[in-house]
Amino acid sequence: MENTFNKIIELDDAMKHFRDGMIIMFGGFGGIGTPPSLIDGILDNGFKDLTLIGNDSGFPHIGIGKVVSQGRARKMIASHIGSNPVAGQLMTDGKMEVEFSPQGILAERIRAGGVGIPAILSDIGLDNDIVTGNKQTCSVGGKKYLVETALTADISIVFAKKADPYGNLIFDKSARNTNPLVAMAGDMTIAEVEEIVPLGSLDPDEIITPGVFVNYIVPSKGVNWKWAWE
Amino acid sequence: MGMGVEIRNRIAKRAAEEIKNGMIVNLGIGIPSFVPNHLPAGTNVMFHAENGITGMGPSPEKGKEDENLCNAGGFPVSIVKGASYCDSTIAFGMIRRGRVDMTILGSLEVSGKGDLANWIVPGKKVPGMGGAMELAQKAKKVIVLMNQTDKYGNPKIVDECTLPLTSARCVDMIITDMAVFQISAHGITLTDLFVPHSINEVRAKTGCSFTIAENVRVIN
Repeated sequence: MENTFNKIIELDDAMKHFRDGMIIMFGGFGGIGTPPSLIDGILDNGFKDLTLIGNDSGFPHIGIGKVVSQGRARKMIASHIGSNPVAGQLMTDGKMEVEFSPQGILAERIRAGGVGIPAILSDIGLDNDIVTGNKQTCSVGGKKYLVETALTADISIVFAKKADPYGNLIFDKSARNTNPLVAMAGDMTIAEVEEIVPLGSLDPDEIITPGVFVNYIVPSKGVNWKWAWE
Repeated sequence: MGMGVEIRNRIAKRAAEEIKNGMIVNLGIGIPSFVPNHLPAGTNVMFHAENGITGMGPSPEKGKEDENLCNAGGFPVSIVKGASYCDSTIAFGMIRRGRVDMTILGSLEVSGKGDLANWIVPGKKVPGMGGAMELAQKAKKVIVLMNQTDKYGNPKIVDECTLPLTSARCVDMIITDMAVFQISAHGITLTDLFVPHSINEVRAKTGCSFTIAENVRVIN
């Protein structure tokens, strides 16, 4: 494949951009759509003290759950950690801080970060202390709203079905989930992809994430965990 | 929630009656996931999943699962004709914009005013709210399927919830193993009774007072 934009790199080279203490945003929902090879790269290279931002904490052996279960995160921003008991234990033991955000609002905060909007206004969870926390409120049209701040990351990692050398991405069915949003919100975005196709072979009408948002493309070694339903 | 298949199906069947042709419906995990089995043939419903599917179909046969086609609980599903995929912001946009006609979910407690508490047990379980707050607050109709009492025999329908609320005054209907209740601005009303339970028995196992509909339907 012609590497026209020098975006196609090997996993080892991708790992040179990571460091301890980073804010990493990850695509995926219950592990579906979370990039398996990049996750293994983070584990194998021993990165720690990470702040992880994404929909959920996966399962103990699935998706971002693998990183969480090894105690590599000092903080997580997610909508739930129910499917990963290890995450719950780390939180209870005070070893990992967890900030909960309602699922769709979390997605919008990530999107806001990705499209250059500093915050959004939300009426979700207004009467709930855990959601309101110390957040500012404001009034629009006589109604009260929470100011939900945008989220960005040092690096975003996403999983796509196909990329061309420019980094234009298409996703696979429900594995799309938060990936197109996460792809926009990283200062640097690395897409792990199942297939790299020649420039010009993706129909411009079907591209979900324009390559503008993608800095590097890493070929995937494929999902190597066993799903909960298997 | 530890109930027999027959009772679970009776609850799911009653809930299925609420689904009308053309609706967009979001189902929670547990008993709600059995509701589609009880829809009359020919009912055209789009089942919505928070992870970005509109038009979910039944579970695929064993061996035909697609790891990238799963519901919000992470289990393989199929799609129906006319289905679509979208990202998480759009999936929740459908909810907040009021396009989801109904959500059917489980709960730990519901108050007689329709307060829903189903996301946290302080000190015991802190799973996070996931999409429950948005669904409870913004779906046009919220139906709760749950046992009349918890495993210790305490009523789950209460005067005031003791657990932190998912959302206040959002529940429209409760279907338990014993009865069906409607909740409106006027309060909570018993409308249906499952055989062999009596109104007095339901009253003894409900933590708030309720009115009784003029014609209570008795369901076998």
